Amino acid sequence: MMKAFQQRRWALVILWVLIIAAIVAAPSVLPVFRLNLLGRFLALAIVALGIDLIWGFTGLLSLGQGIFFALGGYAAAMYLQLNSSEDLLNGIPEFFTLYGVDRLPAFWQPFHSPLFTLVAIWLIPGVLAALLGNLVFRNRVKGVYFSILTQAALLVFFNFFNGQQKLINGTNGLKTDVTQLFGQMVGSPEMQRGFFWVTAVVVIFTWLFVRWVVRGRFGDVLIAIRDDEPRLRFAGYNPTLFKTLVFAIAGGLAGIGGALYTVQSGIVSPQFMTVPFSIEMVIWVAVGGRGTLVGAILGAVFINYAKSLVSEAMPQSWLFIQGGLFILVVTALPEGVIGWFQGDGPRNLLNRLGMSRRSGTYPRLELDGQEEIQP
Amino acid sequence: MTSGLLELCGITVSFDGFLALRDLNLNLQPGELRAVIGPNGAGKTTFLDVITGKVAPSEGDVLFKGRSLLGRPEHRIARLGIGRKFQSPRVFEQLTVRENLALAVSRPKQPWTLLIGGLRSSQRDRVQHLMSIVNLQKRADWLAGALSHGQKQWLEIAMLVGQDPDLLLVDEPVAGLTDEETDLTADLLKSLAGDHTVLVIEHDMEFIRRLDSPVTVLHQGHVLCEGTMDQVQVDPRVIEVYLGTTEDDSK
Repeated sequence: MMKAFQQRRWALVILWVLIIAAIVAAPSVLPVFRLNLLGRFLALAIVALGIDLIWGFTGLLSLGQGIFFALGGYAAAMYLQLNSSEDLLNGIPEFFTLYGVDRLPAFWQPFHSPLFTLVAIWLIPGVLAALLGNLVFRNRVKGVYFSILTQAALLVFFNFFNGQQKLINGTNGLKTDVTQLFGQMVGSPEMQRGFFWVTAVVVIFTWLFVRWVVRGRFGDVLIAIRDDEPRLRFAGYNPTLFKTLVFAIAGGLAGIGGALYTVQSGIVSPQFMTVPFSIEMVIWVAVGGRGTLVGAILGAVFINYAKSLVSEAMPQSWLFIQGGLFILVVTALPEGVIGWFQGDGPRNLLNRLGMSRRSGTYPRLELDGQEEIQP
Repeated sequence: MTSGLLELCGITVSFDGFLALRDLNLNLQPGELRAVIGPNGAGKTTFLDVITGKVAPSEGDVLFKGRSLLGRPEHRIARLGIGRKFQSPRVFEQLTVRENLALAVSRPKQPWTLLIGGLRSSQRDRVQHLMSIVNLQKRADWLAGALSHGQKQWLEIAMLVGQDPDLLLVDEPVAGLTDEETDLTADLLKSLAGDHTVLVIEHDMEFIRRLDSPVTVLHQGHVLCEGTMDQVQVDPRVIEVYLGTTEDDSK
């Protein structure tokens, strides 16, 4: 027992060393284009971790995470735009002149401050998620109705942002790759390498944070909400409070992911709030494995990598593959890939192929919890 | 009328015109063990729904320790000291036995305290003690969903006790239990009375007899009669509602 524990510990240390080595080495191994893609997908993994928290653990299927993702992206882009437009006409971003706006809208003002922006990236989406969530949860809207409401909210935000040329450049979005940060072009390879490292570190810290949230009794309450929410009320817990809180956390994480994605993709636009994109986010988590956290990260990174590779080779086929993947997970792998490996999946497969040692009895059948039946 | 721990005054519950409860009055004294019986559809479960805040009555008032419970959300009523066990066992199946009980004994039940700290050692001892009462120590790290029906029933009762409520509302605790388990459950509930007030709803007459407590008979949402099991069993009105109206006899 002790030995197995030691082995496990060493395996973990080695794993972490490999991960850190990979992150440090990635910029020198990968071409700039691939590195940039990997950085973006890691940013998406942050969003996926939030979805795993609310869906995998708490059972809240949100189809509107794009809202919070885009808000984080817009917050970052607004700061970068302002930071680079001091020499321009009126000292405001260039696109305003296209629509005859010569004064900065008031809500842009605080984004002059880098500190405010760093806070706004997660606080604005988080607070909005808390408000939306509380409204829905307080009225005990659950299950598929919650999903539909989040999707409806997504459409509202999408249409609103699309139409506001004079405020945020409407459907064109805000570009970030030609803006300046620390006196350098955001789109330059050096900056992109920096963003990659920042993103990788944020993913690790997000993973640690979410893991801390779901371990212990707080996480048990989340699972209890997923299992039987009314029962939890009679035990003296207020599920609305817990659901609002985790939905706000997931919203904040989506905002952080959105900001890091924006600076690496070079633009934020209402396209971040399309319905398919928010559904894709859910698919990453479903394929990776709900309630596993690691599955959410791997799902986001690998599905997106596959998407870009497949799209380069056969541009039309990706949607079919993605649809097929989702059907496969729903029908054959409800626990997702990581969930399958963590559960009885590999043993069941060996059983079916007739390659495993037969167990003497059903795996769980024990006489009194201690003595096992001898085969 | 002396003021009891729990008083129901003229409760009427209407579901789209159907009166599930009509002008129901009930008074429970601290430390009392009370059984409530009644045929199907008598409103037994609705009556618990009213006390625990799941259903709002259209008329009447529920007083607990002299305070009205109406308009309070379920979790606040639970925190005031009312625990409820459901008809079919409802435990959190994806949590282990130990985690289920830990949630029951945790206090305060606020996100922040649950997030930053573990169980206090007194609470851990309490979880151990509860598991030993219901004989689930060896199953401590099993998922509750893997337990047998009887074990789930007991786990839920243990969770209820872990909440340390002043009033325990127990809905059909022995449904689907073996005779031996039924006897043990009866003893357990009797031992809880005194420190707690216990209200048991049950169909099983043998079980009620074993509880040896005052019995309230509900019929069509109304209290038909109250008394000891022996008194109740010979009451002609009770015989009538349980066995049906005897039209043949009147001919």
